[in-house]
Amino acid sequence: MSEKEWPLWEVFIRSKQGLDHRHAGSLHAVDAKQAVQMARDVYTRRMEGVSIWVVPSDAITASDPDDKAELFDPMADKVYRHPTFYKLPKEVEHM
Amino acid sequence: MVAAMATRVATKTTSPEHIDYLLRLGDSSLVLGQRLAEWTGHGPVLEEDIAMANIALDFIGQARLLLTHAGNLEGKGRNEDALAYFRDARAFRNVTLCELPNSGIAKGHGQSADYAFTVVRNLLFCAWQTQLWAALAQSADAELAAIAAKSAKETAYHLRHASDWTIRFGDGTPASHERAQAALDQLMPYTNELFATDAVEEVVAAAGIGVRGAELHAGWKSLVQAILDESALKMPVASAFQSTGKSGIHSEHMDYLLIEMQSVARQHPGAQW
Repeated sequence: MSEKEWPLWEVFIRSKQGLDHRHAGSLHAVDAKQAVQMARDVYTRRMEGVSIWVVPSDAITASDPDDKAELFDPMADKVYRHPTFYKLPKEVEHM
Repeated sequence: MVAAMATRVATKTTSPEHIDYLLRLGDSSLVLGQRLAEWTGHGPVLEEDIAMANIALDFIGQARLLLTHAGNLEGKGRNEDALAYFRDARAFRNVTLCELPNSGIAKGHGQSADYAFTVVRNLLFCAWQTQLWAALAQSADAELAAIAAKSAKETAYHLRHASDWTIRFGDGTPASHERAQAALDQLMPYTNELFATDAVEEVVAAAGIGVRGAELHAGWKSLVQAILDESALKMPVASAFQSTGKSGIHSEHMDYLLIEMQSVARQHPGAQW
């Protein structure tokens, strides 16, 4: 390994069926161009994707895991926020 | 279906040069694939290790198709494995360029591998394959034309990968530039063989099956020159050196490579896994 680590990139892949790019993992690369190329080799070698995004990992601001209780737990007992209490008219076939 | 095709093809008279030509292409891919596979687990970084293993597998995939086709045309019941694992160095038809050790030729067998040498070799070879597949897509041998069309996409990526690293090395630090230039200086004389048209190529070219090496030179040179310009690397002065791997006369490195590549198949002939 080199003495100085290459920057870390987050890789997002869109599969053939999917409309959205999904987080596939991360890798080290010198720059964005190389990150795309390496993502192709590391994350699409089994036909996983048709499109690649890479984002510098340090450009992502994440929620603090310690805040999990206050951020997410209050939602646990609010089932009424799910739109499952309505009767769908027959004419709306698929939803 | 495959067996029926093989019989049909074998009953047509196939020239020995046609088979020889397919072996040249197949063996070159196989031997370079073997060399690149030596990096697996030893790559400079994890990501690049995987990339190089992918490329090695692409080459071995090309070899499988070409050797299977050669074996069918030959009609002596030799399949891809028989051709890959049970011929000796003298029967291999790969260009010498492909068998040179990853350490470079200045160092002996078993010395530490040099990524610049590997990358520059890939650049020179893949630029040649780019020209080759384009020409062979029109081959009178329909199977070969199909293999060429399939391989062209892989080669486009291999060339991009090699070009990218050649530019990074050549236009990088003084140390990386020096190593890339040294690799280029060592390798360039071995590219002469790619363009030295011989009797085999004359026969297959006349039959519309293959292409004369010399015809690929101009396209190859401008492709390579463009990358070298971007890499701040100097094209070495042309040399008269001629390697002869495609006629079966190989460098001293070939036997070491085959011993490693063939040892398992020869210890366990016919093994399935």
